[in-house]
Amino acid sequence: MSYELRYWQYSEKAILIEWPSVIDKNVLYDLLFYKKSIESFYGKLIVEVISGYNSLLIYYVSTIWKFYDTVFELKTLYSSNVLPGQQENRLWKIPVCYSPALAPDLNTFAKNKSLSVDEIIALHTAPRYTIFFIGFLPGFLYLGGLDSKLHLPRKNTPSLEVKKGSVAIGGNQTGIYPVTSPGGWHVIGMCPLDFFNPNTKEFTVFEPGDTIQFMSIKEYEYNDIRSKCEKDSFLFKPITI
Amino acid sequence: MTGGVKILKAGFFTTIQDGGRFGFSKYGVPRSGAMDKLSYGLANLLLGNDKNSACIEWTFQPPVLHFFENTEIVLTGAEADAFLNDLKIDMYKKIRIVKDDILKFKSCRKGVYGYVGIRKGFSTSLILKSRSFYKSITSDYRLENDAVLPYEMSNIFDRQLSTISIPILFDSTQKLEVYKGPEFDHLSKDQQSFLFDNSFTISNTINRMAIQLEEKLYNDLPSMLTSPVLPGTVQLTPSGTLIILMRDCQTTGGYPRVLQLSEMSINSIAQKRMKERCSFKLI
Repeated sequence: MSYELRYWQYSEKAILIEWPSVIDKNVLYDLLFYKKSIESFYGKLIVEVISGYNSLLIYYVSTIWKFYDTVFELKTLYSSNVLPGQQENRLWKIPVCYSPALAPDLNTFAKNKSLSVDEIIALHTAPRYTIFFIGFLPGFLYLGGLDSKLHLPRKNTPSLEVKKGSVAIGGNQTGIYPVTSPGGWHVIGMCPLDFFNPNTKEFTVFEPGDTIQFMSIKEYEYNDIRSKCEKDSFLFKPITI
Repeated sequence: MTGGVKILKAGFFTTIQDGGRFGFSKYGVPRSGAMDKLSYGLANLLLGNDKNSACIEWTFQPPVLHFFENTEIVLTGAEADAFLNDLKIDMYKKIRIVKDDILKFKSCRKGVYGYVGIRKGFSTSLILKSRSFYKSITSDYRLENDAVLPYEMSNIFDRQLSTISIPILFDSTQKLEVYKGPEFDHLSKDQQSFLFDNSFTISNTINRMAIQLEEKLYNDLPSMLTSPVLPGTVQLTPSGTLIILMRDCQTTGGYPRVLQLSEMSINSIAQKRMKERCSFKLI
């Protein structure tokens, strides 16, 4: 499917391309396919292409001299896009320990939503969430697919310190804090994995378009995986679906 | 042979910066890099360095430095009287450093960010293709007293008679050149002209991530889906605050983007202090 796109000169070196304003997997796949063809068409002429829910930002190495010519080039590229076939998707199983001892907001969240902790775990581990893009913090995944029964507005006053690995809910979104940072989401679980390590060659394994599913683990399993991660001996592999 | 410079006094907020961390925004890693890339770039240019060589960036309050080996340096950016072993030295000029020289400054007169460039750049650790400090990426996010920064020693010194002056950065009458932001058209005609008919005051919320302006622009813009942002993007919050994103900004944001500063305007606004004023004009 082909969309009506908007091209916008963002700065001397950047062009923004926008899809209709919806969070939709079809938009995501169209956008990621276009992103790939832009990257291979321009090669070293661009620094990188950054994506959002419904937008791509192309950051060029040098100043864009003729905006309309460049847009014409991009439109030609889009229209010559062969439809992406059935994509091979990767599924990552993410272990999460849903224990009040590790998740400071779990009990208040349960009370707020009138749900038991077991019901929360069932609702949170059921869906396969789609990774739309990475932003906000190094390695922070923007996920789509949270069950509406778990939606809860962010805290009025953000917490000064949300610990690395915190699995949290804010509004209609869920996510994992890859580093310790201030934040306004409700922490309902703790994940032992490293989502971003600048000191390793494979500093992050996730790509937009991948899917993830949470699986509930016990506290001793959390401690076991965490210590393996610290020793860099934890092997993390996706399932192809 | 490796030389070292010891930070005797770090000052208010001193870091190592280079051209920035490019190519990792898609993983959520900020670009970072020198706040005022014009002054930073001139330091490397005068030294004949690679354009991405790492410099010391100090903020508002300059550091005190002790050099252990021979080299040469250039000072650019924010204006402060500089002294090498108590002898006054010029900015924007190559200065010879010999073993055990001490560099000191008097208080900063104009601007915010000052640069100490060194021959071939500081060789601190390279993380994701950049030496720029950023919390959670580099092990240090600011320089502390007694830190020692490595550099390659050099006995070469070719006298340079030329200096350059760049008054443009500190010219308060200069309007900042901007592009329309992607959500500019969502503003009413009155709101649009408010941005160009007024001058704005720099608030006390200034850091490497963003600069907030004091004047408010009340709006009822609908919320938008999170989308990419760049340094120089001017965001408008629901409460009406205008936020100019700077070098350490996040890679994506959810507030309407009403304007985008040109590269040169980002450098100019970086050097503005609290209570100074600025105004915008379309390119």
